[in-house]
Amino acid sequence: MSTRQTYPLHIGPTHPAFKEPVQFNFEIEGERVITCDIEFGYTHRAVEHIARERNFIQILYLLERICGICSVSHPMAYCLAVEQAAEIEVPPRAKYIRTIIGELERLHSHLLWTGVAAHEIGFDTLFLYTWNIREKVLDCLETITGNRINYGILTIGGVRRDITPDLYPVLQETLDYYYDVFERAREIILDNMSIQLRCKNVGILSHENALAYCAVGPTARASGVPRDVRVDYPVNAYPDIEWLKPVSPLDAGREPRGDVYDRMIVRVHEIHQSIDIINFCMENMPEGAVDVEPKATKMISTLKKVQGEGIGRYEAPRGEVSHYDILDNREGPLLMKVKAPTYSNGITWMKMFDNVEIADIPIVIASIDPCVACADRMSFVDSGGRRSIMTSADLHRLSVEKQRRIGK
Amino acid sequence: MITLILTLLMPAFVLVAGIVLGLLMKGVDRKFAAYFQSRIGPPVLQPFYDMGKLMMKQSIIPENAVTWIFKGAPVTALSSSVLLLIYIVVPYFLYLSGVHHFFLQAGDLIVILYVLAIPTVALVSGGFSSGSPYAAIGAQREVVLLMCVELPLAVTTITFATKMSAVCESCPSFSLTTIASHPVWNTMGPMGILGGMMLLLSFVFIVPAESAKIPFDQGEAETEIAEGLLAEYSGKYLAFIQMADGVKSLALVSLTVILFFPHGFTDLTGLRITGGGYDFTLAADVVLFFVKIFAVYFLLITTVRVIMARFKISQAAKILLLTITVVSLSGYMLIYLDTFISAL
Repeated sequence: MSTRQTYPLHIGPTHPAFKEPVQFNFEIEGERVITCDIEFGYTHRAVEHIARERNFIQILYLLERICGICSVSHPMAYCLAVEQAAEIEVPPRAKYIRTIIGELERLHSHLLWTGVAAHEIGFDTLFLYTWNIREKVLDCLETITGNRINYGILTIGGVRRDITPDLYPVLQETLDYYYDVFERAREIILDNMSIQLRCKNVGILSHENALAYCAVGPTARASGVPRDVRVDYPVNAYPDIEWLKPVSPLDAGREPRGDVYDRMIVRVHEIHQSIDIINFCMENMPEGAVDVEPKATKMISTLKKVQGEGIGRYEAPRGEVSHYDILDNREGPLLMKVKAPTYSNGITWMKMFDNVEIADIPIVIASIDPCVACADRMSFVDSGGRRSIMTSADLHRLSVEKQRRIGK
Repeated sequence: MITLILTLLMPAFVLVAGIVLGLLMKGVDRKFAAYFQSRIGPPVLQPFYDMGKLMMKQSIIPENAVTWIFKGAPVTALSSSVLLLIYIVVPYFLYLSGVHHFFLQAGDLIVILYVLAIPTVALVSGGFSSGSPYAAIGAQREVVLLMCVELPLAVTTITFATKMSAVCESCPSFSLTTIASHPVWNTMGPMGILGGMMLLLSFVFIVPAESAKIPFDQGEAETEIAEGLLAEYSGKYLAFIQMADGVKSLALVSLTVILFFPHGFTDLTGLRITGGGYDFTLAADVVLFFVKIFAVYFLLITTVRVIMARFKISQAAKILLLTITVVSLSGYMLIYLDTFISAL
């Protein structure tokens, strides 16, 4: 058997299956993947570095652009981190508005993912169907915040715009639409024979591996790990929602196996959960202010007096995103660290590629809903333009040096 | 004399008409698919615009390609597709126009079975010679698909031949003219009708598999291997391949129509259209044939590709080799039994 011929197959950095540049180097035998190596670093934008040059409010708009889809999640985690460091208490109404916007974002992100996954397996009708029903939530977000993506609604200490009572009918109409359409969409997505053929028992991430590799978000939940920051570490309106619990494939009556189909089940059921959460928030919306300090300059001068550190955790549609900020009497944070969900989930690819065929590669890659730009932390190119590989010892040395440089 | 001229002119006419109609059907197919997917879709004539543009574009040939195979494959694919179309359509129209006595042997199913493989083989060799790993994977998959679809197709062919030899002992049983003049449904009992349905069902899979459409487009799978076979083709070579694809789909659909629904206007209504001393029945037959082609194209290619995801190549092989072969074999059994019973 050892004499069987294998050949290399490089997928990426540009490939029709990818929305973002990343390279996969496979060793293939026939149609079967033998080994896999992942190369990141094609889309590093040095966001953390840029952030240190800006003030607290400017950073919000920079962070929205880390990821086009998680454009609330990153600013949310950052706001939570800074608010923790500066001990700012957010008004209850602002908390509820944050929750509503966050869940609307989850709704459209999961619909987008379902469409992308369908496209990866050649099912363009489903792709266009889910993107079609996604328009409704984007329209709703546009009415509420003014933008379809990159809403610019969060600020430190609250939100910038209130959801006024005359906007309630718009939200209610959106919710009714999704309650109406959900059952049919669920049937189309999950009960489809050709989707089941392509997704069941593909890209399996076992329960042990999900724990060992620290998978987060829907990827972990599909492997039977009940891990959800909204439940484990509730912020915003989530502490008030008693019925909230992590979604599991068991909700659809399927024992969690951790395959692509389970991830699909988790995401589809989270769509329904999001609608329920928004409904809850609308029914229990508290009255009051939406901001502790509407003036940005005043907020910056308040934060300038603060010395301390804070960490913000938030459940983005793709999993846990956490921000760590050090405040040190500057107009902006002294240091900022972003940990995006793909940073954790990307490693689980190595396990998922066990025993898959070439045809499964795109759907397995898409199944964690990767956001490569979120996860890229460095690109190392020497003066000749050649790429080289750094070992973990090199990285450790560089980190120590950088820390000394920043921390004085 | 007129028969001879007709026989000579018709292939030339089919060459042009086949390409035009093939491209037109691609446009209609895209429009219908767009309607299913709640899109507006491209104009119906978009494939023609594409051809015009591709013909003007520079054709890039990869450095490590085997140039003569790489260049020859698209032309071979197109010419063999046209040959296939001629071989399928001309005998049928000769039969409709009533001159089939001259050319009774035309349209042999076994020859069609072989010619059907040529465009695929040409594209496969083009893919292998292009030096791209994606194209090589696509070519491998296409070969697997070609081999898997052969068996159910052969079973269907043999079924028709068996039936024809029972229906008309003096006719050549593998000939399309025989099949066209003795529609299968007319001479069968309920069991045979059921068998015919099963053969038709197997064609629902065979036609997309032969014409490399979703769910059997593993050879070109865009999101997996970046158009596979066609990865390195550009310019006029790509235009030739697209035309070949259109013509081959048209030929397959025509074959399906002739095998299963060969009824001409007179067969259906028992009437002949005459006016001003001329007989317009043939014109009516042509219109009817086009209607049938569009209907079958819509059902077997557009609908199937819209409601399905792409299979993996292992699944496709399993479905074609096991399920579809069993379906077509049971169709054969039923029709054989039906013939046997009615002969008693």
